[in-house]
Amino acid sequence: MAMLEVNNLSIQFGGLRAVDGFQVSIEKGRLYGLIGPNGAGKTTVFNLLTGVYKPTEGVIRLDGEDITGKSTIEINRAGIARTFQNIRLFGAMSVLDNVKAGLHNDHKYSTLAGILRLPSYFKAEKEMNEKAMELLRVFGLDGEAEYLASNLPYGKQRKLEIARAMATNPKLLLLDEPAAGMNPNETAELMKTIHFVRDNFDMTILLIEHDMKLVSGICEELTVLNFGQVLCQGKTAEVLSNPQVITAYLGE
Amino acid sequence: MSFISYLKDGISLGSIYAIIALGYTMVYGIAKMLNFAHGDVIMVGAFVILAAITKAGLSPLLSIILAVVLCTVLGITIEMVAYRPLRKASSNLAVLITAIGVSYLLQNVALLVFGADAKSFVTVINVPTLVLFDGQLTIKGITIVTIAACIIIMCGLTLFVNKTKPGHAMKAVSEDRDAAQLMGVNVNSTISLTFAIGSGLAAIAGLLLCSAYPTLTPYTGAMPGIKAFVAAVFGGIGSIPGAMIGGILLGVIEIFGKAYISSQVADAIVFAVLIIVLLVKPTGLFGKNVQEKV
Amino acid sequence: MADMKKSMSKTSKNNYITYAMVIAIFIVVQALSATGNLSRLLTGLLVPLCVYTIAAVSLNLVVGFSGELSLGHAGFMCVGAYSSALFSSVFADTLPSVPRLILAILIGAAVAAVFGILIGIPVLRLRGDYLAIVTLAFGEIIKNLINVLYVGVDENGLHVAVSSAGLNLAAGGKQIMKGALGISGTATLYKDIKDYFFLIGVILILITLFIVQNLVNSRSGRAITSTRDNRIAAESVGISVTKYKLMAFTISAALAGVAGVLYAHNLSMLKVSTFDYNLSILVLVYVVLGGIGNLRGSIIATIILYALPELLRGFSTYRMLIYAVVLIAMMLFNWAPAARNFRSRILERLRGNRKKKEAA
Repeated sequence: MAMLEVNNLSIQFGGLRAVDGFQVSIEKGRLYGLIGPNGAGKTTVFNLLTGVYKPTEGVIRLDGEDITGKSTIEINRAGIARTFQNIRLFGAMSVLDNVKAGLHNDHKYSTLAGILRLPSYFKAEKEMNEKAMELLRVFGLDGEAEYLASNLPYGKQRKLEIARAMATNPKLLLLDEPAAGMNPNETAELMKTIHFVRDNFDMTILLIEHDMKLVSGICEELTVLNFGQVLCQGKTAEVLSNPQVITAYLGE
Repeated sequence: MSFISYLKDGISLGSIYAIIALGYTMVYGIAKMLNFAHGDVIMVGAFVILAAITKAGLSPLLSIILAVVLCTVLGITIEMVAYRPLRKASSNLAVLITAIGVSYLLQNVALLVFGADAKSFVTVINVPTLVLFDGQLTIKGITIVTIAACIIIMCGLTLFVNKTKPGHAMKAVSEDRDAAQLMGVNVNSTISLTFAIGSGLAAIAGLLLCSAYPTLTPYTGAMPGIKAFVAAVFGGIGSIPGAMIGGILLGVIEIFGKAYISSQVADAIVFAVLIIVLLVKPTGLFGKNVQEKV
Repeated sequence: MADMKKSMSKTSKNNYITYAMVIAIFIVVQALSATGNLSRLLTGLLVPLCVYTIAAVSLNLVVGFSGELSLGHAGFMCVGAYSSALFSSVFADTLPSVPRLILAILIGAAVAAVFGILIGIPVLRLRGDYLAIVTLAFGEIIKNLINVLYVGVDENGLHVAVSSAGLNLAAGGKQIMKGALGISGTATLYKDIKDYFFLIGVILILITLFIVQNLVNSRSGRAITSTRDNRIAAESVGISVTKYKLMAFTISAALAGVAGVLYAHNLSMLKVSTFDYNLSILVLVYVVLGGIGNLRGSIIATIILYALPELLRGFSTYRMLIYAVVLIAMMLFNWAPAARNFRSRILERLRGNRKKKEAA
């Protein structure tokens, strides 16, 4: 069974069908790319998948479970985590605390235990610290654990967002333009990190990206979106050589 | 007949709320901030008129013009000095707290200049009282003027926003500030203009408020200001007709509450309206549903 | 790993410094008082100072950590004050003063918390500006309603009415709440422990600090701060924004209620007019000047801003004016992007100079 199975997903804003009949099937462990020209509706698809918008039509299944129309929080608990095109970190919190906020539902203890500093507080906090540091190490951020998130350089902020999403222990990771604003060296490093995450955490990853080098370098399959509709779907090399796709990108 | 008489009082009070609410709703719609000091600009306007007539001996018309001009300048200055530097602040709490500071500042400057004791406001508007139904219903001149002023201002403002270039700029900035800037709209001057209009109207509201309820203290503007904000929320924040309808409804509710329930809890009723509106229809009667962009 | 331990101990060290500061101030004041160096005027200010400190620390939880502006803090203080004073009056003859006071504190906190939940549920889903205006409205509603409320007690139990005559008390019944006249004589019910009120106030400050500091440095506290920093991101990692904003708001309300209890029990006359909008603003001024999100700052700002004007006569005319100017200046200096850039440039230059000196 596919990890993510989306059928006939649509949303209408006023008279505009921003996403129209979107469908995709992503196998577990796949590195999948969602590409398309600006305004094609890629981020809207992410917002539909994560419950930020409620779809007008369609069904979303995660690992067999129907998550259509659920809230962002429920969907995260069901196993989808994401990053944002315009970075959304907890800017005034430390890098470590950003990741620990991601661990919120993983290591629970009651508010009262936290206020009274009961043993469950110390035990859970210790585990959270260890797990968070482990994640930060994966992303090369362990040296900056005490920095305020907003003080990190841009590239590292993007990585921290991925680390925070990973902390929620997802089945499916959605990355919205992870390489935006990065220089070629940073992008190359990011590609390695994404591969590492997929391999070591057995993760399924769906990413939106404009950087064709990154897309062709790591995505195994692609969906091309144009004017809210699926233009083409399949293996990366085939999709990228499809004349329709080239037209959509370069114009007539 | 007492019902009609209360209704008339309610519409009159509501018209004043409506004029104040226009200032709130425009600033909120365009600058996306709650200008807490707006109510206190009303008080400043009323004090200027009072001082101009009693101390400087100016004619009522000149005094009103002076008050409108001074309040307009005051509004623009407040925006430039206190609010503009915070427009891109990371927290929108910052500008809200600053606005409270400005409100406090205006009250306390007035306290130092004019003292804490209540001044009785002079008669500025001389329109004869209308007597109807053999004296069963009397409508004071000020009531007629207030309602007329409210209608004129509302129509004028609607025309201004819909038919003029600066009006279109206001609409553009309220829709999407960044996009408007990219399209060549001068966002700073548009916001300044909004504050100018709102504050000028506040001077008029001050005149009408103090003519209807002729006592003036440094705190005169605060409570009507807050109630007018309730009216703006009621009507749907950002909407000009909403401010008008919300204002009048709130005025009627307040007067009826005073007349038929208890004058001591009339304010509680007004504020309960706010909480109920926010529970049932947070966007108000005419408000648009705005979703944050992700 | 070493880094992390450092950070863990850094926050706890910070917490301990705050406790130590409060205790040190208490000891100094006691020493001054024992050696007769404390004027009557100053002695009278001590308990109200505790009241405002608790109010400021609790408001900082909402403003600083939850990122919402509450203008109804006086309303919660008012609810706490009246409910507890009512309790103390009713049980004046049945309970000894110490357990009665402890119960009164708990009741004041609980009633304020209930109001916090009632107000919080409808508005916390909305944008911050609405919360400000609704909490303000709430404060006014409470004031209005208590103003017309009459409560009395006789052998048939508690009577509630909107006028003195409406109470219909039996002979020997006692009127407790008298509308605008409020509740009188609460302090006299505690004559035997009157001298310990400052100590009780300081203990309540420490408890408030304990609750707020431990909360913000826990899982729930991180959730609260994350909803402040980015609502949408918080939901994306499975944190319920409404739940945690409501939690911060309710705990803050309960602690404001405690401040109200202390206030009511220190006074012989409890009047509702005390708890007006200006009181909420005053507490907000303490929070802003002490630093939004800085609990120790709230305490220091409260002490300086409350005690100084009371001591410097003549200053009081300009007191509010100066507060207003300082409030605006602080906000511009701390939050305007231009001012922030300017400060970080200066800091960098200072650091650069130091490095150069070290190198040389």
